[in-house]
Amino acid sequence: MTEDVKSTQTLDVWVAGTEEPELAPTDEGAQEISADESETRLDEQFGRVVEDDYVFDDDADPEERMILNMGPQHPSTHGVLRLQIELEGEIIRRTKPIIGYLHTGMEKTGEQLTFAQGGTNVTRMDYLAPFHNELAYSLAVERLLGIEVPPRAAAIRVLMTELNRCSSHLVALATNGMDIGAVSMMIYGFREREQILAFFEKTTGLRMNHNYIRPGGVAADLPPGWKDDVDAILDELPKRIQQYDDLLENNPIWVGRTRGVGVISAEEAIAYGITGPTLRSTGVDWDLRKAFPYSGIEQYEFDVPVGGHGDVYDRYRIRVVEIEQSLRIVEQVMDTMPKGDFRVDDRKVTPPPRGRIDESMEALIHHFKLFTEGYKVPPGETYVAVESPRGELGCYLVSDGGAIPYRVHIRAPSFSNLQALPITMADSLMADTVATIASLDPVMGDVDR
Amino acid sequence: MSDEHGSPEAETVGEATVLERLMPEQPVLRGLFERFEDVTWELSIDQDVARVPNGRWLEFGTATKEAGFEVCVDVTAVDWMRQRPERFEVVANLLSMQHRLRLRMITTAPRHEPTVASLVPIWSGANYPEREAYDMFGIVFDGHPDLTRILMPDEWEGHPLRKDFGVGSVPVQFKESHKVS
Repeated sequence: MTEDVKSTQTLDVWVAGTEEPELAPTDEGAQEISADESETRLDEQFGRVVEDDYVFDDDADPEERMILNMGPQHPSTHGVLRLQIELEGEIIRRTKPIIGYLHTGMEKTGEQLTFAQGGTNVTRMDYLAPFHNELAYSLAVERLLGIEVPPRAAAIRVLMTELNRCSSHLVALATNGMDIGAVSMMIYGFREREQILAFFEKTTGLRMNHNYIRPGGVAADLPPGWKDDVDAILDELPKRIQQYDDLLENNPIWVGRTRGVGVISAEEAIAYGITGPTLRSTGVDWDLRKAFPYSGIEQYEFDVPVGGHGDVYDRYRIRVVEIEQSLRIVEQVMDTMPKGDFRVDDRKVTPPPRGRIDESMEALIHHFKLFTEGYKVPPGETYVAVESPRGELGCYLVSDGGAIPYRVHIRAPSFSNLQALPITMADSLMADTVATIASLDPVMGDVDR
Repeated sequence: MSDEHGSPEAETVGEATVLERLMPEQPVLRGLFERFEDVTWELSIDQDVARVPNGRWLEFGTATKEAGFEVCVDVTAVDWMRQRPERFEVVANLLSMQHRLRLRMITTAPRHEPTVASLVPIWSGANYPEREAYDMFGIVFDGHPDLTRILMPDEWEGHPLRKDFGVGSVPVQFKESHKVS
């Protein structure tokens, strides 16, 4: 018998019938749910720092509790998100998101690339809203350089980012639908998104990771006939949104699965630094496009949808209305697209035109230097934020006067919004987990960077 | 915009040059300016920056929250290596929704055992960003409830965003070929 126990210890498995070894059932290293059960610590883990809406059943048998690992490979965790969930029967008590599975050190990479190359790096962070990443980064570089882009470049930026908001929200609706069981919604969402991505491809050459918005303007002018493409999107999308509404809005299953599910209060959302549709679903009227307008977006008329319940349904409705409002902006941009240059007329950051390179040695040298050495940016530090589809996407940029940024930090909205997960999921049913995750719409590329 | 910020007249005291304290333009920040005499105010490309001594980080954070900065948007760090006397800078970006105002507070941390008070007791949202700063720079946030690695694996050695942490590379064919012959 003693020999048996010895062998089980070396193998680290327990053979039934032998003496049970003392193994901590949830030993996950430093990442495990904290064993510290002090009152403040428990409050944090239960998500009741601000207020608690759950009547805890004290009589529950501790044996009833179990730890469930969800992910990192799970179709409805939207990438490689892993959750440690403590269950009591079917009720979730505590949740701990474990992230980092997609960490590729992009901030470190940003310190190796020049300011001109940085766009290719940041665009890969939030891969569903690449234009917003590029915009935040470009605005930060431009602020350090002290340059202002021409009106046409600013208008193109607004056009692209707002279309990007539509395409990103379409994915959010599609995956949210699929996670709850409305699989047709997923097909629809991705179908409409493809139309927008086709326009992106025509303009930038790539469906995703465009590196189109660059410090100093945009990479290329809009292609000939762009108005027809945008017109087609403006024509098609409202009809499709009507279809989604017919499909979901009054669908008793949809409403039953989303109303009152994954609730977060305004106080909690503000305390945890949660932004974007999740914050607005709690009734807080906060949109950076209105509060700190960027890229000339203040000249266009649009409304900010605000919820009141802070539940999954409100977040879904807000996304639908935001698509409509973004289309409204796109329409105005299209009608008022200014003429002129799409890049700043500053030879320091803008390469010489292609025609000049053939005839002028200086232009050739200039072009070569710009793309090998890059341009120097005055020393300083700045923080610029834009309203991405997921919330406040900020870029904290530090320059020491060289051609390579000293520090690139992206304040990722998904990263901060993930802190809402333990709060929204605490005291809810296990079956609502996927609905809650989908409604927060985390992009793991943005979380892990 | 810079009119109200006073004139940065330099007085020379001994060998060190002391700049006259700049007063922030925003009325919301005036109370903080008066209360904290050892906090230096700056205008970094039209953005308000408060340079806080390490020991008063938590106290200053509490005061800013009382002044109306209800959101801690982000906490991060910068590694200055040998370029500055104190190696690390810890940067917290604050947001006031009611005043539509941003404020950046910056403190420094020494080379050995860099420690800063955690902002989690004030803003629960500082939890993840501080864990990230700990993971990437090894800055210890005193009073943080769960200071563990967040992006890197638990058993990882070193802190990747420090400037003395090398960039990894993959062997590439023919790159070293000139050394062979």
